[in-house]
Amino acid sequence: MSHLKDDSGAKLGMWLFLFTELLLFGGLFLLYSAYLSRYPHDFSSAGRQLNVVFGTINTVVLLTSSLFVAMAVTAVQRGEPRRTLWLLGGTILCAAIFMAIKYVEWSTKILHGIYPNSPHLAAGPPGESVFFSLYFMTTGIHGLHVLIGATLLAWVGAKVKRGAVHSGDYILLENGALYWHLVDLIWIFIFPLYYLIL
Amino acid sequence: MTTVQPTQPSFWNDTGRSGLAAWIFSTDHKRIGLLYFYSTFGFFLVGVLLGLLLRIELMAPGRTIMGPQTYNALFTVHGVVMIFLFIIPGFQGSFGNLVMPIQIGARDVAFPRLNLFSWWLYIMGAVIILASLFTGGGPPDTGWTFYVPFSSRTGTNVSLAVFGVFVVGFSSILTGLNFITTIHRLRAEGMTWGRLPLFVWSLYATAWVQILATPILAITLVLVMAERLLGTGLFDPGRGGDPVMYQHLFWIYSHPAVYIMILPGMGVISDVIPVFSRKPIFGYKMIAFSSIAIAAFGSLVWGHHMFTSGMSDTAILVFSFLTFIVAIPSAIKVFNWVSTLYKGSISLDAPMLFALSFILLFSIGGLSGLILGAAATDVHVHDTHFVVGHFHYVIFGGAGFAFFAAMHYWLPKFYGRRYAEKPAIVAWALMFVGFNVMYFTMQVLGMKGMPRRYYDYLPEFATLNLVATVGSWILAAGLIVMLVNLFRGLFRGEPFTGNPWGGATLEWTTATPPPTENFEEEPVVTHGPYDFRGTGIP
Ligand code: HEM
Ligand SMILES: [Cu+2]
Repeated sequence: MSHLKDDSGAKLGMWLFLFTELLLFGGLFLLYSAYLSRYPHDFSSAGRQLNVVFGTINTVVLLTSSLFVAMAVTAVQRGEPRRTLWLLGGTILCAAIFMAIKYVEWSTKILHGIYPNSPHLAAGPPGESVFFSLYFMTTGIHGLHVLIGATLLAWVGAKVKRGAVHSGDYILLENGALYWHLVDLIWIFIFPLYYLIL
Repeated sequence: MTTVQPTQPSFWNDTGRSGLAAWIFSTDHKRIGLLYFYSTFGFFLVGVLLGLLLRIELMAPGRTIMGPQTYNALFTVHGVVMIFLFIIPGFQGSFGNLVMPIQIGARDVAFPRLNLFSWWLYIMGAVIILASLFTGGGPPDTGWTFYVPFSSRTGTNVSLAVFGVFVVGFSSILTGLNFITTIHRLRAEGMTWGRLPLFVWSLYATAWVQILATPILAITLVLVMAERLLGTGLFDPGRGGDPVMYQHLFWIYSHPAVYIMILPGMGVISDVIPVFSRKPIFGYKMIAFSSIAIAAFGSLVWGHHMFTSGMSDTAILVFSFLTFIVAIPSAIKVFNWVSTLYKGSISLDAPMLFALSFILLFSIGGLSGLILGAAATDVHVHDTHFVVGHFHYVIFGGAGFAFFAAMHYWLPKFYGRRYAEKPAIVAWALMFVGFNVMYFTMQVLGMKGMPRRYYDYLPEFATLNLVATVGSWILAAGLIVMLVNLFRGLFRGEPFTGNPWGGATLEWTTATPPPTENFEEEPVVTHGPYDFRGTGIP
């Protein structure tokens, strides 16, 4: 019973929230595994239509961004606001690159007539249609999380700039970074499942 | 334990803002608790009205007051309102917020602003659900379960309703993580885990279920929306999908969700029974532990809703077995409550009457649940009125009656005034009789083969249906008496001060109504929650 700021409490709350986010994607991974066991051949022929190069670059981009945001936390702990801001800027830049690549990837697929409910998929084997519907849903919701995460970090960055987040009180940045690591982590599941193992 | 004379203003008076803004922007857990109470209880009354209309339609065979489409819409909206707008947010939101921080000796929850945000999300979700009734293709007609393929094809406004439920679910997740953090971080000095009131234990278990199960519902609802708006076909057999996958995802949430509904109610009962038996609770540890056990095992039994949907025999066997396992912790609680009564000095005040009837009604509901959990018997009564009777026994006779117990037990504490005892008992008696007349008859009807979700039935079911409808009127009469008596009492009744029930938990040591910061000074806990020595009542 105190009015003191409870940073461990805030972090506990954030961890619980991240857990719910993992479970949200868990539902999609559950569908993936059920349909993979039903349509192994369709899934592998569909998976090979995804562009591994794009996927790999995006993985590297996100891992780099995670590194940046971790360094930003260290920088703010050491009382270096300028450095923190640069590193946060780097993270957000990576997010933008990720989304740009995703955009190119999605639009080439759509140009080839591959999107939910497309006549092209309807004419093909059922497993491929399921695969691509799952692909668009999963990467779409993940992309939404990238946008939310980047906005969150930009908001924290503004606070760093105003001096509201500093070496004495940086729980917001720590929690923002945790969220960003989650976004990264989920991609680390998506990448092999959709691009590599099939 | 003497009662403190208030030197700080009570939470009713102390505020910078005025009027409505002092409430809907307040971060005080007690004000938020009352906001939740009035909004969820308001939806309960709406749901009751719809339920009564359903019963009137079923009073006689053939069309009585509405056609099939209206009936479909009404039972859907009745279910959605009762489940997503009343019972799931209701307990945590109202009594969890009102009582839990005080019971652990905290000034507020861990994240007061997030708490207010949860309520706003809940209201936004509710408004969206209400909007879905009057826009687009009209009120959804799928049942509260939104089963595909019907929910992805029907022309009614399913997308918006589902989105509303999604928003309410988000609110539920935030409340859950707020409560877990609060219980971990903000317990007063001396408030060890072994001294937590059992109501807090049950809220703790509930909060875990909320954050573990609700995300699955969220993604399932998103997929239904995608099915309708983008045509993803993930549940459409014509395009490689599988509707049974929807049912799995839905019940992975919705079975655990029944524990979100019932666990807080069990917590109330565990707090009320010892107080009105003047005896420490029997088996404190087992009751606390069984809440956790229910939360854990409850997440493994969802398949019992799908015995007739197409599953392997092995899966049916396993789910059936696990369903029987999960009945054990509930039974442990019932035995412990009954043992607490044994040789107690029982006083039959209104909260106690509701608590006692909870034990009976919940046991009937639980036992009929075993008939549904055994695959062999389930195939005969699946989707009949037996099921409707069963879950009303559990969520209405159980959680609902526990909610009424909590209203009579705790609301006077926050208003400083109380209801009259005699009318409260009359109301309880009417509701108890009406309840059993209605729902027991419905279970019998189900055994005889009357299906659920039909506005019409064969003539041989006519007499029993009439009986059930009359039961619903007795129940409604009791409800009206209760409402009038309770709310008149809270605003104009006798003063309620001190510790008239003789409770030993922390909320009875602070002023009535409590001050904004709950306690004059930080409490130090020196005894367990059911140690009645020193409460001044023999
Ligand atoms: C006076 C009170 C109530 C009455 C008269 C009533 C009546 C009914 C009736 C007749 C049905 C069955 C419709 C059918 O299958 O043909 C029904 C369904 C249902 N009721 Fe109630 N009920 C009441 C209270 C409650 C409460 C308190 C809850 C939950 C907290 C609840 C939850 C449900 C649900 C979830 C369904 C299933 C809807 C569906 O099939 O989609 N009811 N109710
Ligand atoms: Cu169940």
